[in-house]
Amino acid sequence: MPRRSDLQKIMLIGSGPIVIGQACEFDYSGTQACRALKEEGYEVVLINNNPATIMTDPAMADRTYIEPLTAETAVKVIEKERPQALLPTLGGQTALNLAVELADSGQLDRYGVELIGADADVIKKAENRDLFKEAMNRIGLAIAESVHLKNVGEALAFADIHGYPLVIRPSFTLGGAGGGIALNKEQLVEMVGTGLDISPIKQVLVEESLTGWKEFELELMRDHNDNVVVICSIENVDPMGVHTGESITVAPAQTLSDLEYQVMRTASIAAMREIGVDTGGCNIQFAVEPDSGRLVVVEMNPRVSRSSALASKATGFPIAKIAAKLAAGYTLDELTNDITRETPASFEPAIDYCVVKIPRWDFTKFPGADQTLTTRMKSVGEVMSIGRTYKEALQKALRSLEQGYDGLMDPKSQESGELYTSLDQLKEALPLPRASRIFTIADALRKGLSSDEIYSLTGIDSWFIDQVLHLVEFEDKLRLAEELNEEMLWQAKTWGFSDSRIAFLRGTEEKVIRELRRRYSIYPVYRRVDTCAGEFEAYTPYLYSTYERGAVETMAEQPSANEGSKGKVIILGGGPNRIGQGLEFDYCCVQAALTLRKDGYRVIMVNCNPETVSTDYDVSDCLYFEPLTLEDVLNVCHEEDPEGLILQFGGQTPLKLALPLLEEGIPIWGTSPRDIDRAENRREFAVVVDKLDLWEPAYGIAAHRSEAREIAARLGFPILVRPSYVLGGLAMRLVYTPEELDIYLQSGPPINSANPLLIDKYLEGAVELDVDALCDGEKMVIGGIMEHVEQAGVHSGDSCCVLPPYSIGTQQLKDIHRQTELLAHELNIRGLLNIQFAIHGREVYILEANPRASRTVPFTGKATGMPLAGLAAQVIAGASLDELGFTAEIIPDYYSVKEAVFSFSRFDNADIVLGPEMRSTGEVMGIDSNLGLAMAKAQLAAGTPLPVKGQIFITVADIDKPQAVELGRSLSRLGYDLLATRGTAAALRVAGVEVKEVKKISEGSPHMLDFINDGKVDLIINTPAGSGAFSDGKCMRQQAVHRGVSIITTMQGAMAALEGMRALQHSGMSVQCLQEYYRGSSPSS
Amino acid sequence: MVTDPSYRGQILNLTCPLIGNYGVNEYDFESALPQVEGLLVKEYCWQPRSWRARESLGTMLDRHDILGVEGIDTRSLTLHLRRAGTMKGILSTIENDPAVLQRRLNDFPGINARDLVGEVTCQSAHPWTERSPEIVTPVGCRETGFVGENLHVVVYDFGVKYSILRSLANLGCRVTVVPCRTSAAEALALKPDGVLLSNGPGDPASYSDIIPIIQAILGRVPIFGICLGHQLLGMALGFSTFKLPFGHRGGNHPVRELASRKVNITSQNHGYCLKLGEETGATVPTHINLNDGTLEGLENRERWCFSVQYHPEAAPGPQDSTNLYKKFVVMMQNKV
Repeated sequence: MPRRSDLQKIMLIGSGPIVIGQACEFDYSGTQACRALKEEGYEVVLINNNPATIMTDPAMADRTYIEPLTAETAVKVIEKERPQALLPTLGGQTALNLAVELADSGQLDRYGVELIGADADVIKKAENRDLFKEAMNRIGLAIAESVHLKNVGEALAFADIHGYPLVIRPSFTLGGAGGGIALNKEQLVEMVGTGLDISPIKQVLVEESLTGWKEFELELMRDHNDNVVVICSIENVDPMGVHTGESITVAPAQTLSDLEYQVMRTASIAAMREIGVDTGGCNIQFAVEPDSGRLVVVEMNPRVSRSSALASKATGFPIAKIAAKLAAGYTLDELTNDITRETPASFEPAIDYCVVKIPRWDFTKFPGADQTLTTRMKSVGEVMSIGRTYKEALQKALRSLEQGYDGLMDPKSQESGELYTSLDQLKEALPLPRASRIFTIADALRKGLSSDEIYSLTGIDSWFIDQVLHLVEFEDKLRLAEELNEEMLWQAKTWGFSDSRIAFLRGTEEKVIRELRRRYSIYPVYRRVDTCAGEFEAYTPYLYSTYERGAVETMAEQPSANEGSKGKVIILGGGPNRIGQGLEFDYCCVQAALTLRKDGYRVIMVNCNPETVSTDYDVSDCLYFEPLTLEDVLNVCHEEDPEGLILQFGGQTPLKLALPLLEEGIPIWGTSPRDIDRAENRREFAVVVDKLDLWEPAYGIAAHRSEAREIAARLGFPILVRPSYVLGGLAMRLVYTPEELDIYLQSGPPINSANPLLIDKYLEGAVELDVDALCDGEKMVIGGIMEHVEQAGVHSGDSCCVLPPYSIGTQQLKDIHRQTELLAHELNIRGLLNIQFAIHGREVYILEANPRASRTVPFTGKATGMPLAGLAAQVIAGASLDELGFTAEIIPDYYSVKEAVFSFSRFDNADIVLGPEMRSTGEVMGIDSNLGLAMAKAQLAAGTPLPVKGQIFITVADIDKPQAVELGRSLSRLGYDLLATRGTAAALRVAGVEVKEVKKISEGSPHMLDFINDGKVDLIINTPAGSGAFSDGKCMRQQAVHRGVSIITTMQGAMAALEGMRALQHSGMSVQCLQEYYRGSSPSS
Repeated sequence: MVTDPSYRGQILNLTCPLIGNYGVNEYDFESALPQVEGLLVKEYCWQPRSWRARESLGTMLDRHDILGVEGIDTRSLTLHLRRAGTMKGILSTIENDPAVLQRRLNDFPGINARDLVGEVTCQSAHPWTERSPEIVTPVGCRETGFVGENLHVVVYDFGVKYSILRSLANLGCRVTVVPCRTSAAEALALKPDGVLLSNGPGDPASYSDIIPIIQAILGRVPIFGICLGHQLLGMALGFSTFKLPFGHRGGNHPVRELASRKVNITSQNHGYCLKLGEETGATVPTHINLNDGTLEGLENRERWCFSVQYHPEAAPGPQDSTNLYKKFVVMMQNKV
């Protein structure tokens, strides 16, 4: 059956903010779905509260609702839009849960909305462990023994029968949140307790552990005519016990014979049919006992998942796009394979290469957190690489991570002396699944441990260990050879060794190896991901590099689509997601690519992040799935010889390559790397600021510790300290006393003249503003000005901000405009410029300037309706702002609020205090014509809703007490009950505001934590006073996060929240789509 | 694939770049011996790692004096074969001069000059009882209560894959394998309930002497043809054949079953094909390859026969079509 003509309007649910466990792979799937459904002529209604995704760009869906993902708002959207169908399978667990809620409450029936892609019963059957077990038993597939329970006692009874270790999985949580492995009774009691808390249905699954078994995943698609195809098999290098999102994985499976694989394939198809996934994608995980081949089904996701994004990128089969079309009525054989253009989508991709995925963790952002990998996701991003062999792909993936690895060695562990030196230490470390275990394995092999021994310590299949062994052995050859001859260099490159790793082993510079390669003419060939292992002609230029002597396949021999009337442009992507550099930059790259393509350029994308939209082969004219290192980018440039290369959209990753690329003679478009350096380098920037007669906070640069102390004394506390050249405020701290400074100097990053420490005077109580501006070399136009709700000092990525500013005077805004213009011209900006200002008293200070796309560009773009990244790309390519018709700042007549979203609940012991170092993983947006309601929407979207009634706990610094009294009075009038600690309570009482006093923790039980624990507190307002309060409030903040209680840490935030609560009580929320907001707005200057 | 008699006389170029990872074991053999002339791989794994491995692929090839070559740019070779079609090839570890090799290649008449089927068929009729190893069907997907017991199937061995025999044995059939040129009278004297025409190597047009045998059996007992068996059955029913440019190889070919419109992913290995549109009488096409629209299956109910071009026994490849063996059993039962 072709597309359904009884549907006209289809609603899609997005996955919301990026959190650990549910990241931008759903941005990718959701965006594909939007495009696929529009392509079929449907009107697409989208609800998603994530401003950073390209999915919520007004050009993607027809009606884009950036509204909280709650049943209440979803119903409002349904009521307003009246879609005929709801497609919930492309927005991750969030969308699926919301759809089930809507179905169960009868709202879908009420409005006659059909759930397409999967129905509620199917979702339940796949996600409810008991139903799933029954279903698998019916078709004779084994699954692990398990029990669903609602209290700790039942867990202990189960443990008595089955023993330890036991796996704990809370029901219906994202990415296995709250899950883990209990090795003993104590751990079981603790984990079951926590699990029950965070499960939305207060239910936990305890099951026998399959730890140490081999783990596999299959990605399947099915249409309503019951055609099933298996898109990809994925094998986890780490055995069971480590979440598949935490594991190094390889596609296709490497250690299964065809027979074993086919058995698994047949089982997965039977499972999909039995569960009844009607149309679309699904993913099934299997465990295999290594010594017997016993096959056990682990779990199944009846939707597009993280692994489907990986499988799509690994095979070239666009799972989400096809899933959307299947949901709209097509069958697989009615759709064509984009890549071959003549064969149907009802086939199974054949892979003649090897794909490796490695997760990226940011443990440094969560000091104190347990770094052992478990069944719970802790990684924040991932890289994928493609090579002809596992060895090549593995080494490419390692350098794609951008964590300083250029091969099988962790330079950080060498520097910090963490290198395990003795065999005993290595043997002790190997059984622990850690982020660095691949390096530990390499070290153990170097020390002479055998593959079999390592297998018995790690449970990692010996085949994978053998591969590392071959590489480690070859490293010795490279090191010991008298001369690095052509033969040996070819061999090294074929096995994926980077120039810099070879250089390290030969004791020379990367450049020397590069020269040597040029002399021998050793260059990679670029091969196509063609879904068919060469069987058919492929039309889509989705490429990876490999070294193959005398290979014939080059781009020249391949058919190529759009040659581009205006020439070739390379856009460098952002690499793996990490805290501080995520989806926002991918958004910019994608918008830039789409815009330049429309303008007639041939756009070439280079990136290595499989989760993103930028690595969808549909987005660019040519996609190179490659690491973003100097070597790999230079190779692409050598192959393509582009007219220009754009690096200001991908965040810090491409920016780091700016100067080296320039030195190699690559034509870099946009603001020149020298000017970029002038802005990023603190000393040079100070010269710029001085020259323009602008103000910045007093500062100093320290090359050693004593100098840091001198500077601190000169500036006076509090101060902000950070290493130079950082993104996301890594290792940035607010320091209040000399003692704190000493602690930082001892435990912080090493300081020397190459890596000096920047020390800024901290402007206490200042209001921070973020400005995104565009400049074409002549004209400067402000894209948007955002006012931070939190005071300066909280990292801009973590703070809540509002566009347009709500408390800044016209005079100061004018001044900001003037200063931005001055800087834009002085730095010869061509493209985007982001500046952070602080207003302290009446003075405007410049905190920093970033001559590139910033994290806020997607938000600014959506708040104003201007595609800033696209415009910037056009400017970079030579257009003037006048030509583009963007000549004046747009100041909307509604408010947009951006709120940060954290993943603290992933890390049991991490300290959650906000500071200058960015730690949020995602963001949400709330829009309303009323500031308070916009604020309330953002809070609701962030999962910390403002209460309309109940108890509010207030405890503030002395300096804030007068304002707190006003706040308390208003809250009391609105009908809230107030709780406060002694000091704040006294101040409130004096002013005649009724309040209940609560003990501090030191004053004994029942104290404030008990109140929070008992669920008696609906909102916390806590402002820290100096350094003492920063650590004092820690317990309370942690408790609040743990219990999901909203907490506001600044008086500004509290006043804004007050407006929100007032508005909520007064009128409640209404919904409106972006397209409607923009209609009402017009440019003004 | 290495032991599949259909590959007799061929040099096999594998697109999968990593080969040998899980070694070999005799339970997965498709015949008693490796059948290929040579094996080309990108990266060979010298140390197989699998609980089922009995020896490494290399050791096995060595034992049978078959040349395996690693380090080949198999993708470039694949693209070349796709563009130029399958061709003669030569491997040498002694002669380095391409011109000499080229000469020898030119002098080589090609494998179709050989009676490949005659080389691989069994020497005398014999029974087959071995079933598939346990692992083939995960617990529960295993058939229970489906019986083809007391049915006797005579299998014409044109180079039969053991998996075909195992598939019949799994269903409880009594199986007798007979040499490829066993006369119809001899075969029918065994009182079979059905006859299976097996897969095999080479150009079906070279085996016209077998066609009369099939024609003599047609209509007497149910016939099921697979791969070469399908082509020969088709020829017996009046089809002609043609050579595909580079054949259908691999385990991912989508085939539509015309009656249900359902798509099965199939295991394929053939270089020749029956011409679609040459059906006569009650013969109908039943399956079509979705990649190129060629004929993949036919049926003639009046004459109790059906056949498929692909391999329902999988091994290697997907197990989507194993129900065809059941269909054969039903056909035999209904006849009785």
